Amino acid sequence: MNVIFQPGQRVRVRDDYPPGHIRTPFYIRGKVGHVTRVFGEFENPERLGMGLPGMPKKTLYEVRFRQADVWPNYNGPVHDTVDVDIYQHWLEKA
Amino acid sequence: MAGKHEHTHGHDHDHDHDHGHSHGHGHDHDHQHGHSHGHDNDHGHGHSHAAHDHDHDHGHAHPHPHPHAHTAREFQPDEKIHSYYQILGLALKELLLEKKIFTSQELRKAIEARDTITPALGAKIVARAWTDTAFKARLLRDANAACKELGIDVGPTHLVAVENTDTVHNVVVCTLCSCYPRAVLGLPPSWYKSREYRARIVSEPRSVLKEFGTVLPEYMEVRVHDSTADMRYLVLPARPKGTEGMSEDALAALVNRDSMIGVSLADSSAKS
Repeated sequence: MNVIFQPGQRVRVRDDYPPGHIRTPFYIRGKVGHVTRVFGEFENPERLGMGLPGMPKKTLYEVRFRQADVWPNYNGPVHDTVDVDIYQHWLEKA
Repeated sequence: MAGKHEHTHGHDHDHDHDHGHSHGHGHDHDHQHGHSHGHDNDHGHGHSHAAHDHDHDHGHAHPHPHPHAHTAREFQPDEKIHSYYQILGLALKELLLEKKIFTSQELRKAIEARDTITPALGAKIVARAWTDTAFKARLLRDANAACKELGIDVGPTHLVAVENTDTVHNVVVCTLCSCYPRAVLGLPPSWYKSREYRARIVSEPRSVLKEFGTVLPEYMEVRVHDSTADMRYLVLPARPKGTEGMSEDALAALVNRDSMIGVSLADSSAKS
């Protein structure tokens, strides 16, 4: 399995806006969080969404972000978080 | 029109619907991803009410002005508006039937099987986890395998259980569409699929929780899970205080659907 990030590691979500079926939500692009789990490899939804085979598979991570880092005007305490499931090719070292 | 709102990313990729069958019930107007109405073939001859909102739960007729009077014996068609994707779904269903990929009977059975899944299944899992800490550990590590122990086959779903504790409260959303742990909770409530919930729970969760009557202390971490990919989340609510010694069945009755989505807590009022 192609795993380049480990739990605890800080990662930044690519700040990129390509067309197509993208399962990385807009609100989280460009944000920095840390990996909490490695879920394994799954077929690439960006290809499946085009009616293409989902290979090669992509490693899927659970990434945790502090809400205060995601929303500038977040109205809750700093320890509130949001976990987003993100495929490896959308993450880079932070 | 609700039928369209799931399509913000432009594809009919039905990643939450394992069986891809259409659904034949009135409360499914707001289904995303090309779900169509499996049983009723009334499209094409009904009159439509363009401004009518079909995003309600149970197909009950609610009063609205009629542009014309009905005579006593006039056929009253169901009021339906088919979105582009619903029509696409219907066409696909008809093609699959014509090509004998599956039969109407198989389709009917698949719909019926899906409709037998209710939140009671999730509650059974939760109650077992509350009474058996070893099971809980296995559930949190590998929910699919733990479900199998209880005779629950979640199929191709990758289920993840997340535990509410004294310091962490979990709540689930799918901001991209409406992914939901259907294998253990059944069909999602319509509010779960609404744009309002999807947008607000991720950006102002405490305000939304408060509207559901769930007020959490500041010291707790509210942890939102956005199920953007292959995993489906089941919240394991905290066991209410004062329920020591209750049977597993009695405990299961305290586990409401919303507590497994994370917008509420398990009922603390002990029933027996």
